[in-house]
Amino acid sequence: MNTGDGRARIMGALRQGLGRGELSAERKVELKARLDSPKTNLVPARGNKSQDARITLFVEMAKAVQASVTRVPGVTDVPGAVTDYLAENNLPSDIVMAPDENLDAYPWAERPLLNIRRDKASDADQVSVTTAEMGFSETGTLMLTSGATRPSTLNFLPENHIVILRAGQITGGYEEGWRHLRERGDGDFMPRTVNLITGPSRTGDIEQTIQLGAHGPRRLHIIIVED
Amino acid sequence: MEPTSHDFVARARKGLGEDGLQEALARFRTGFSAKRAEAAARLPEFEALRDEAVEIKAHTIDHLDFYLEHFANKVEESGGEVHWCVTPQEARQTVLDICCAANAKTVTKSKSMIGEEIALNPFLEENGIEPVETDLGEYIVQLAGEYPSHIIAPAIHKTKDQVSDLFFERHKEHGATKRLEEVDELVDEARAMLRQRFIAADVGITGANFLVAETGTTAIVTNEGNGDLTQILPRVHIVLATLEKAIPTLEDMSTILRLLARSATGQEFSAYTTLSTGPRRSSDLDGPEQFHVILLDNGRSNILNSEFREALHCIKCGACMNHCPVYGSIGGHAYGWVYPGPIGAVLTPHLVGLEEAHHLPNASTFCGRCEAVCPMRIPLPGLMRRWREREFEARLQLPRHRQSLALWSWFARRPALYRMMSGLARALLSVLGGRKGYIYSLPFGRSWTATRDMPAPEGGSFHSQWRRR
Repeated sequence: MNTGDGRARIMGALRQGLGRGELSAERKVELKARLDSPKTNLVPARGNKSQDARITLFVEMAKAVQASVTRVPGVTDVPGAVTDYLAENNLPSDIVMAPDENLDAYPWAERPLLNIRRDKASDADQVSVTTAEMGFSETGTLMLTSGATRPSTLNFLPENHIVILRAGQITGGYEEGWRHLRERGDGDFMPRTVNLITGPSRTGDIEQTIQLGAHGPRRLHIIIVED
Repeated sequence: MEPTSHDFVARARKGLGEDGLQEALARFRTGFSAKRAEAAARLPEFEALRDEAVEIKAHTIDHLDFYLEHFANKVEESGGEVHWCVTPQEARQTVLDICCAANAKTVTKSKSMIGEEIALNPFLEENGIEPVETDLGEYIVQLAGEYPSHIIAPAIHKTKDQVSDLFFERHKEHGATKRLEEVDELVDEARAMLRQRFIAADVGITGANFLVAETGTTAIVTNEGNGDLTQILPRVHIVLATLEKAIPTLEDMSTILRLLARSATGQEFSAYTTLSTGPRRSSDLDGPEQFHVILLDNGRSNILNSEFREALHCIKCGACMNHCPVYGSIGGHAYGWVYPGPIGAVLTPHLVGLEEAHHLPNASTFCGRCEAVCPMRIPLPGLMRRWREREFEARLQLPRHRQSLALWSWFARRPALYRMMSGLARALLSVLGGRKGYIYSLPFGRSWTATRDMPAPEGGSFHSQWRRR
């Protein structure tokens, strides 16, 4: 395709539509500055509260969209919380877990019945375990990012997705997430995929009846670990 | 897709007489609108967010050339490719070229109205590539050989029974043996049917709700997870987007995200908001190897220098159609092209021509609900009125409409006669309305009242009310 030509034609048409030529160098500098230091717009007051209240709101909002949530006192309780969840829901003990180094903090070996594979997901996997980068109390939303140890397929292929989140990772609004990503990386800070996940997969496409598990996970279980 | 908007009147009449459609619409009329009202009421900042969103979008559109160039440069820096396409023909040829270069046999698709706009599916089929729609609603309409009747709920015109019949008929060849009756069974069957398609696909095509200039990121907002399986499993990810989807920063996107799901379905937030930047990184374990963004103009730049510029602020939430009494009575297929409802009535004449679509701006009672709920505060009735003026100037109306207007203006220029005749008409209509205040059968207008009730006039004429002030 004549890509270069298309770009020039569209730019020409846009400027004609806007009734002006190319922007002045000064104006471009101003607009570039707007992009380089993004301004936070109005953020709903809902998420702006003490950390305890934020966690409570996060749990409430996540449950409102049919996620299940367990809070555990410390890192040593996490493997047990996973096995309990699997038992309660009659799920197999074969799990696929992100090769994420943050998951090494939990004593998985204490639960020898868990059959753990550290990899991306395949179609046969029924249960995945991942971390999240952040939780937003505003809507009970998790932020997950892709990377060398965090394959995105874990978030979508298995029917059951277990997410482990530290209480301190729960913040107010989405803007905290963007700030975190900018600070974490430098320059081109965006990973290939950022997933904001709010409850399990759903559809209302047949008579507006909400049905969970359309194509992604049927169940989303969040384990919050107190710091 | 070939527009059939010129046939609006006949299609609307047909819709009014279809039992299945009317059953589906009865459910639709109260569903989304009640949920939207609850969601808006739960967020005290909702109105202030709308104001801010309008400002952000107006600023973006005013500098669209700058933001699109920045977006495109960022996509390229992150290893993706941008394809600038003026026409639908260019866009679908570009998609085909990418598919051919990837030796693609099947393509999975997540819901994209631009895909409909450029009639991508038939084009790919003609060229030996099988497109598979994966959004449940899109899957249903694809199986049925139809097209979406709503921009966020493509199969809203179908009842569960119709879907049961359709799946029973079309899933037989894939081993299904039973006609399923329950929604959960139907969803499960579709999930099972599509799972292998996701895995086998060579190319995945999604739309975009946002093109973030700051980072060269495309974003989609979905509930099913199909948009994600569509883009992370195949080797190639193609994004279809029109120019006005640009947004400066992630923060600006966040403001509009807070309005989008609430306005659309009344959800606090959609299940999945997914940001995609470039192809997989060299160390990533999964994700597409190629990332292509197709930027389509198809008439958007023309809208810029018209009095309809605000139509480009649309974020495609569907709230206007969810609240439109006309859409709610006739369904989306009557409108005859991709975008139905009030926003369709404003966009379609631009995109397919006024001659083809001149009926659509008349498909409104000007009740104003669309403007009241539009998160971007697009003055939809005002924009439809401008199209009506253009329609009148271009003499596109039916002769009897022009004749009626001429008759009315003849009376209006004779005030005494006008008052006498309108007084008589009012008195007659009040008698016909009886105690209920509604006329169920209008003399000389039986075909009009066959599908509507006419409210009887009350409280005196405009003239008499004006005199009392």
